[in-house]
This record gives sequence, C-alpha cells and structure tokens, in this order.
Amino acid sequence: MPLNAEHEIHKRRRSRNVGLGLVLVAFVALVFGLTVVKVQQGDMLEAFDHQPRVSELPGEEPRP
Amino acid sequence: MTDINTYEGAPEAEFRDFVALLKPRVMSLVVFTAFVGLLVAPVDVHPFIAFCSVLFIALGGGASGALNMWYDADIDAVMRRTQDRPIPAGRIEGGAALSLGLILAGFAVMMLGLAANWFAAGFLAFTIFFYAVVYTIWLKRWTPQNIVIGGAAGAFPPMIGWACATGGISIESLLMFALIFFWTPPHFWALALFMKSDYHNAKVPMLTVTHGRPATRRHIFAYTLVLAPFAIWLGLTSVGGPVYLAASIVLNALFIHGGWQILRRSEETAVADGYAVEKRVFKLSLYYLFLHFTALLVQHWTGGW
Repeated sequence: MPLNAEHEIHKRRRSRNVGLGLVLVAFVALVFGLTVVKVQQGDMLEAFDHQPRVSELPGEEPRP
Repeated sequence: MTDINTYEGAPEAEFRDFVALLKPRVMSLVVFTAFVGLLVAPVDVHPFIAFCSVLFIALGGGASGALNMWYDADIDAVMRRTQDRPIPAGRIEGGAALSLGLILAGFAVMMLGLAANWFAAGFLAFTIFFYAVVYTIWLKRWTPQNIVIGGAAGAFPPMIGWACATGGISIESLLMFALIFFWTPPHFWALALFMKSDYHNAKVPMLTVTHGRPATRRHIFAYTLVLAPFAIWLGLTSVGGPVYLAASIVLNALFIHGGWQILRRSEETAVADGYAVEKRVFKLSLYYLFLHFTALLVQHWTGGW
C-alpha cells in the first residue's frame, strides 16, 4: 500500500472545500449581478460623500 | 489492518452535512411561499432582484434551522425521526452549527437589505429571532401551544416576500400570514396523532401528551374551521380572483371534512386501521397549502378581479 493512499476522511474534507469554493464563486456572481442591475436601475448612484454634491447645489445664474 | 485512524471521535463532516443543517425541506416551503408573496405583490420587481431576495430569505430560514438544530440536539438524539441529523449523529459539533447559524443569519439579513430594502431585512431578522429564540429556546419545551406559536415563524416568509416588493405590510400579506399560521396546528397535530411515542420520549409537551388525544382531535377540527374564513377572505382581496376562490372553497371543504372525520374517530378505531384517516388528512394538509399558493400564482398570471 503506497504511503499517499487517500483515506476516506480526505474525501469528506475535499467535499467541504469544493462545496465552499462553489458557494464563494456563486456569491461573487450574485454580487456582480446585483451591482449591474442596481446600476442599470439608477439606484443610489449618489451616496452620501461628506460634501455638497453638484446636483444639490442651486444652479448658478449665467452672468451677463 | 493497514489503516491508522487518528481522527477517532473528531467529526469530519461532508459538505452535505452542512447543507442538512439548513433543513432543506423546510427551506423549500419558505422559498415557494416567499416567491409567491413577492410575485403577487402589486409592485414589479426586477427578476434578478426577486431571485436574490428569495435566496436570501431562504438562507435566513436555513440559518434559523441551524440554530434550531444546535439548541435541540439533545431532543433530536432521542427522537427516531431526527436521530440522523448531523449533530446527534456526531458528524458536526454543536458549536460549529451555532456559528454557521449566526453568521448565515447576519449575512442573509445584510444581503436582503442591500438587494431589496431594509424593512424586509428587519422583518427577516425578526423572523429568525422568533423561530430560534421565541419558539426553539423559549416555548417549544414549555407549552403545548408551541406548534401554534412556532407556526407564526413559518408564516412570515410570504410577508417578507411581499415586503421585498412593496416595502411594507398590507391586508393581503397579513391574510397570507393567517393562511399558514392557522394551517400549521392541524397539520402538525395530525402528524402527532400517528407519530405517537417520539415527542413523549423527548419530553416535548405536545398536545397529544399533555391534554390527551381526544382533545387534540377537537383542536384539529376547530382550527380547520378557523382557517377557512381567512383562506377565503384572501380570495376577495386584490390578489384573489375566481380561480383562487374556487380552489380555496374546494380545499377548505375537504380540509374541514377531514378534520370532522378525525374528530369523530375514537382512538380504538384509529389504532385498528393504523391511523389511516389521520395519515390521509396529514397528506391532504400538505396539498392544501401547496395548492393555495399555486392558485395565487395562477391567479396572478391570469389576472385577478
């Protein structure tokens, strides 16, 4: 019997690692998809950023 | 013997053991009812947002399942039906289930808030708290009304789905809640009638044990009567329509008839035919809920009143 024989326990561990890997990949895809949809819908394009935003300032009168 | 097992006693779980912690079969009910609640709401939701919302609601439900399995491991070890769950079977340690439940709960709530809205997220958080703390930790081992109150946790998902779309609560979503809420006790008590000794051995106060089986039969019939008006009322709201109303009237007539049959049977006749009627009504109760929500879907696609 070779020394690198795979024990049943390694099979269980691999199923956990592969499973978690797939979950993480799916999560990345999910967040990416959500981002695309949210941006397309125009939600929250201007978040709070600690200074007055151009769109909130009163429009300047054109000078003569 | 060429194997040396150095992991004696230390659990080495497979991935599917962690999936089993989330109670996938309960999750399927949560997914279905939340999906219907979200879809029939009067606000259109982008399909991908709807998909994500239902997924995060399901994950929240799974998290409360893991918390439930962590707390109830001692009961599960006694009952035949639950002995094979990952913790009592020794494949996952209790602490691992607790941390999975807590992390997943926080995660599901945050993601639902980001995907849909924070009202729905708060509602999901409340539901997880209600199932894990109010039901599992507090009431399940204390009162024979545990099923009634636990039913509320199972009844929230369509309301959360509705909240994802509308950002609030309305009469339709409250009636969907009532439909599941009043359906749960007769459903579980019918099960308790023929799953005799399990709950008794685990010292969970089931109505069959604390108040006797004839009282349980009376309760089942009473709840089928209370349930019917709420189910039919839902058919008269904006999500209802002729298809739903017809389905609901037929299903409620069948369910009340089943409850009546259960009420009229004595324990001797039930034992004599191996609880045939109780098993039939239990199966009917599964169709009852599934078909009500299917009817809501069909009604939504064909247009309501």
